[in-house]
Amino acid sequence: MTLQLSDLDRALLGGDRGPAAALAMRIILRMAEVFEAGSLLDITQAHIDSTIYIGEANLEFAERLAQGGARVAVPTTLNVSGLDEHGWQAWAVPPDWAEKARRQMVAYQEMGCIPTWTCAPYQTEHAPRFGQQIAWGESNAIVYANSVLGARTERYPDLLDICAAITGRVPAFGLHLDENRRGEVLLRLTGIPPALQHDSSFYPVLGYLLGKLAGDRVPVLEGLEADPDEDQLKALGAAAASSGNVGLFHIVGVTPEAPTLEAATGGRQVQAVAVDLAALRSARAELTTGRGDGLDMVVLGSPHFSLAEFRRLAPLLHGRRHPDVRFLVTTSRAVAHMAKKAGLLDPLDSFGGQVTVDTCILASPMLPAEVRRLMTNSGKYAYYAPGLLGAQVVFGGLEDCVNSARAGRVLRDDALWER
Amino acid sequence: MGTLIRGKPLVPGQASGTALVSREPLSFWGGYDHRTGEIIDRRHPLAGQCAAGRVLVLPYARGSSTTTAVLLEALRAGTAPAAILTTGAETFFALAAIVAEEMYQRSFPVVIVLETDAVALQTGMHLRIDLDGTIKMEPGLPA
Repeated sequence: MTLQLSDLDRALLGGDRGPAAALAMRIILRMAEVFEAGSLLDITQAHIDSTIYIGEANLEFAERLAQGGARVAVPTTLNVSGLDEHGWQAWAVPPDWAEKARRQMVAYQEMGCIPTWTCAPYQTEHAPRFGQQIAWGESNAIVYANSVLGARTERYPDLLDICAAITGRVPAFGLHLDENRRGEVLLRLTGIPPALQHDSSFYPVLGYLLGKLAGDRVPVLEGLEADPDEDQLKALGAAAASSGNVGLFHIVGVTPEAPTLEAATGGRQVQAVAVDLAALRSARAELTTGRGDGLDMVVLGSPHFSLAEFRRLAPLLHGRRHPDVRFLVTTSRAVAHMAKKAGLLDPLDSFGGQVTVDTCILASPMLPAEVRRLMTNSGKYAYYAPGLLGAQVVFGGLEDCVNSARAGRVLRDDALWER
Repeated sequence: MGTLIRGKPLVPGQASGTALVSREPLSFWGGYDHRTGEIIDRRHPLAGQCAAGRVLVLPYARGSSTTTAVLLEALRAGTAPAAILTTGAETFFALAAIVAEEMYQRSFPVVIVLETDAVALQTGMHLRIDLDGTIKMEPGLPA
């Protein structure tokens, strides 16, 4: 298949904008071949997940691009880095590791990216609009942009996101195109108590199950009686994009491309799967590892905590955490700043809690070795912490998390899940 | 004498090794330790196995967009599988292979095989992958 290249594409490829832009264009073209894309299309925005410091190879790649003179061609936000730039010293981050993670942060800023350092770029002023073609990395951001905002991005892997930002071009394929955005499997909620549907702890569990059932198909969810808010949809998407390959979901009557079931599926017949309380209950159980009520730390904020979430947390924070249980919220520097101005960090401070910005416990080696058991309200933290940190994890609601931190042991109110 | 499967090379290359097969997708972020090649996703059936130097057979990469970054690290460190065979359209692995070629002149085949062909692939078999995507299967040596 021969790709149609623009004059600018050819100029980039030929090295007119330096060796790094040529490298980025070569990678875009090779990937267009892999995707069997017939053409390239213009993007208007990018979000870069390659900011997470993984090791030498990714740092070498970033510095090769930056030192080769590459600059982004479209407004480009940055995902979490490996480091709370101004607060890492308070944690267990090894200094030599910190130095490399910092170099990687510098390299992406040199390329002209906006230092947002957040995995929730859709909750900033840079959020894309309906129908906008964008190239986003970070699985939870991708699924939110596609599903909730109706912007269009394929699931960009690390390294390709920055190549798209530098060239402003992506292969025309996947979720950029109408025909791939239709629902392919129908998940029908049946017999789920409305009180549970209104509870925030419902959404990470539903997302986790959705990801497992959908695999790499676009799921359509039907039968939701509640009207989920932004943070509930964010929690659902983040969990679905962890347990499955979900880059887009539709909720009939809720998300913008699903006013009706017919609109969501493009009128096609798709496989239907019933989702009942028993399935959700066992999904919830899978998000917890290990046994007993031992607890070392409560961690909130994956994806990064929003201002609205700080607002919900504040009134729960009466008393003080147990001295043996740390209490951490991860968020962006912008949201932390707003929360501080709104007086929402004072109750957290009195409770004995801490805030980390720019990164999270999965992207930074910040947790001391004695933290062996975590509790979280995040499906994404619960999904990844055992593999990435070797820690045990307990999933619970926001209130459960606060109550457990205060008590010094895991307390969960299961009433909504029983019946 | 071995049997042949015709795969479609996403990133062509030559490699051989012992097969490590799963029908469960895997995220390399939180699932693959690039310092050792060990599979560390405790919810995955291959948890605890070392995939370094082996031909890893998976349906596709699950979840995180950091899978590519982790595989690139493994390719640089020499702890990557010898090749990856997938049954679904897979791009995260292909990208790591393409970047490794650009950065380190290292060849890493990523080949798509039909699901109906993949059922013949068993952990422990010896697999030889050719530039054109042909996979030669030989029974593994007795343990």
